[in-house]
Amino acid sequence: MKRHLISAADLSREDAISVLDTAAELASVAGRPIRKLPTLRGRTVVNLFYEDSTRTRTSFEAAAKRLSADVINFSAKGSSVAKGESLKDTALTLEAMGADAIVIRHPASGAPHRLAGWVTGNVINAGDGTHEHPTQALLDAFTMRQRLAAGGVGGSGPAGAGLDGVRVTIVGDVLHSRVARSNVLLLSRLGAEVTLVAPPTLMPYAVQTWPCGISYDLDAELGKSDVVMMLRVQHERMTAAYFPSIREYRRRYGLDMTRMARMPDHAIVMHPGPMNRGVEIAAEVADSPRSTIVAQVANGVTVRMAVLYLMLGGAEEAQ
Amino acid sequence: MSELRGEEWLITGARIAGGDRADIHLSGGVIAAVGAGLSAPGARVLDASGLIVLPGLVDLHTHLREPGADDAETVETGTRAAALGGFTAVHAMANTEPVADTAGVVEQVWRLGEQAGYVDVRPVGAVTIGLAGKNLAELGAMADSAARVRVFSDDGHCVADPLLMRRALEYVKAFDGVIAQHAQEPRLTEGAQLNEGEVASRLGLAGWPAAAEEAIIARDCLLAAHTGSALHVCHVSTAGSVEIIRWAKSKGWRVTAEVTPHHLLLTDDLAEGYDTVFKVNPPLRTRADVDALRAGLADGTIDCVATDHAPHPVEAKEAEWAEAANGMTGLETALRVVQLAMVDTGLLDWAAVADRMSVRPARIGRVAAHGQPLAPGSPGNITCYDPAAGPEAVDPGSHASKSRNSPFGGMELPGRVVATFLRGTATVIDGKVTK
Repeated sequence: MKRHLISAADLSREDAISVLDTAAELASVAGRPIRKLPTLRGRTVVNLFYEDSTRTRTSFEAAAKRLSADVINFSAKGSSVAKGESLKDTALTLEAMGADAIVIRHPASGAPHRLAGWVTGNVINAGDGTHEHPTQALLDAFTMRQRLAAGGVGGSGPAGAGLDGVRVTIVGDVLHSRVARSNVLLLSRLGAEVTLVAPPTLMPYAVQTWPCGISYDLDAELGKSDVVMMLRVQHERMTAAYFPSIREYRRRYGLDMTRMARMPDHAIVMHPGPMNRGVEIAAEVADSPRSTIVAQVANGVTVRMAVLYLMLGGAEEAQ
Repeated sequence: MSELRGEEWLITGARIAGGDRADIHLSGGVIAAVGAGLSAPGARVLDASGLIVLPGLVDLHTHLREPGADDAETVETGTRAAALGGFTAVHAMANTEPVADTAGVVEQVWRLGEQAGYVDVRPVGAVTIGLAGKNLAELGAMADSAARVRVFSDDGHCVADPLLMRRALEYVKAFDGVIAQHAQEPRLTEGAQLNEGEVASRLGLAGWPAAAEEAIIARDCLLAAHTGSALHVCHVSTAGSVEIIRWAKSKGWRVTAEVTPHHLLLTDDLAEGYDTVFKVNPPLRTRADVDALRAGLADGTIDCVATDHAPHPVEAKEAEWAEAANGMTGLETALRVVQLAMVDTGLLDWAAVADRMSVRPARIGRVAAHGQPLAPGSPGNITCYDPAAGPEAVDPGSHASKSRNSPFGGMELPGRVVATFLRGTATVIDGKVTK
C-alpha cells in the first residue's frame, strides 16, 4: 500500500482486496469478549476534523482504539487563515506531537494532499470537500462482498474475491459527492459495473470519462441492479436551481417501496448516511431487511481497523 | 530620469528584431544611429553578437500591489523584475488597497514608478469605485492626472452589469481611453476553482466554465460595436474566446485582446496534486485551448502577450486550494515562455514577437514612447535577448520579485534577457539590474 490513503485510486486491486480480507479477519475481534488487539500499542492516531462528523470520527476512533493506538481528537472548525491557524501550522503542530497517522476530514477538496506534503506520518482521507472519501468506498465494497459475493446468502465473501460483475447503481447528488467519486474508482477497480443516476444538473461535467455508466432514469436501472446506493441530497441544492423542488426530486429519484419492488430479489439498498428519510429514501426502505445501512456502520469500524493496521505497519508485527 | 540621459551606448552585432545584424548607437535617450560598423567614441560598448534586439517590452497587465500589499510586491521590486524580464513599460493594475479609482492613487503609483526608474509605470484606473461594479469611478480625473491614465479595468472583477459596461465604453471615448475587461460572468463562476472539465470534476473542484468567459466577451464585442468604442479583453483563456474575437475583428470592431504566458504553456492537469502555485484566474485550461490561443496569437487575433504578473506572499499560497489566492508571477519568465511556446514551435518569428510584446501593447495602452521602430530618433527603449542561452531551470528563489509564486519553478526554459535599456540608459546589463 502507498504511504497515504487520499484517493481510492491510491489502492491497486490487490491493495483493496487485502484491506477487505484483513477487515474480514478483524471482524472476528468484534465478537470477542475483549475487543482489543495490541497491534498499534504506543502509536498515535490523530483525528483532525474540520467538519462536524460524529459518525466518521467515532468510527475511526473506535477502530484505532481496538488496535490499542493512542487517539487524539483535534477539532478545528473553519479553515481559512482569517478564521484561525492555517492547515500547515496545524500540521506542523501535530507532527511535533508525534502523530504516526493523521485522519483528516476537511471541507476543501485536496486538503489531505496539502497535509501530506507537510507531515511525515501517514495521512488518511476521511472525506475532503467534494473530492473523495476512500474508507467509505472500502466499507461499501466490504458490505457488498459480505452480502453478495457468497451468493446473497449472508456471511463473508471468499477471501481474495473482488466484486467482478456486480452491478452497482449510485443515485443522487453525484456532483457534490465524495462518496460517489471514491466508489466509482474503487468498485470499478474491483470489477463491479457502476452506473450513476442523477438529474443532469447533478452530474459532474465530463462524467463520460469516468469508468462507469450514466443514466438520468432511475426506473430504467433498478431491474438490473445488484446494489442500489442512495446518496444524501441537500435541501440547499434546490435553491441553487439544481432541481425545482424536493417533491419533484423525490418523485424522480427517490427510492420508495414501489421502486424497491422492481429490484431483483437479492439486491440490496445502501446509503452512506446521514439519510434524509422521506427525501432520497423512504423510511420503509431504510428500515427494510434489504437495507444494509446499519451493517455499513458496523463494517466501517472493521474496515478502518484494517486500513490503520496495514498502513501503520501492523502487518509485520502480527504475522 | 533626465539626469540619466547622459548614458551613451554602442550595441554591436545584434540582430534587429531577429533580422539583419547591425549596431545601435544610443545617445541622449534616443536611438542616434542604426547600421553596420558604427563608431561612437566614448560610448560604452555592449557586444551583442548572437543576441536579438527588440523594442523594449510593454506589459499591459501587471499587479505591482502597491499601495496596500507591499508584502507581496512593491513598485520598486515589481519594476525591477520587469526590467529583468526585458520590459520597459508596465501597466499597473488598479486592484490595490486603496483601489486606484482616484487621481490621487494613480498619481501615487505613477510617481513611485518614476522614483524607481526601472520601467515606465502606467497606472490602470479602476472602471468602478472600489471595483464594486456599481458606480463609475472618476475616469476623466484619472485621465487628466499626471499619470495620464488611458487604460481602465476592474481586473480581478468583471464589469458584469451590461449597462455600466456600455457607459464605461462610451465615456472613455472623450479621452481616447480603452476598457480592459476581466471577462467572467459572475453567476456562472460562483465558487469556481478550476477549468470546468475532466480534471476539476475528478478533483472535486468547482468548475469555471469556458462559457462564462466567452459569454462576456461576446456581449462586450457587441457593445463595442454598438458604441464604436475600444474594448480590450484581458487574459483570454479559451478556444471559444479566440473564435469570438476573431469574428469581432473580422467586422472591423475596435476589439483587442491579450493572452498570458502561462495560458500559452500550462494546462489544468497541473492541478492534480492541488499545488496552489497553479491556481490562477482565469484558470489553466486544456491542451486544445492552449493550441487555439497560440494560433490566435500567431495570426494576430490576439494582439499581445500580457503577463498578469500576480505576486502573492507565501502564506497566501500555502493553503487549501479553495482558500489559496489566485495568481502567478510572470514578468521575469515571459519572454522565455514566449520563445518556448511560440518561437521554438515556429509560430512566431522575432519580428512578430516584437509586434506582440512591444508594438501592439504600446499602441493599445496609448504609450507613445514605447513600441517604436528600432530606427534613429526612436526613444532608446531596447531589450537584448539571447535565445541560445539555456535551457535552464527556473528558480523562483532567484527572482527579483518579492514573491515566489512562479508556476514555472523547476521548468527548463530557453533564453535569457541580457540587457534592457530605458530611454538610452541601461536598467539591466548581463542579466543583472544596474542599480
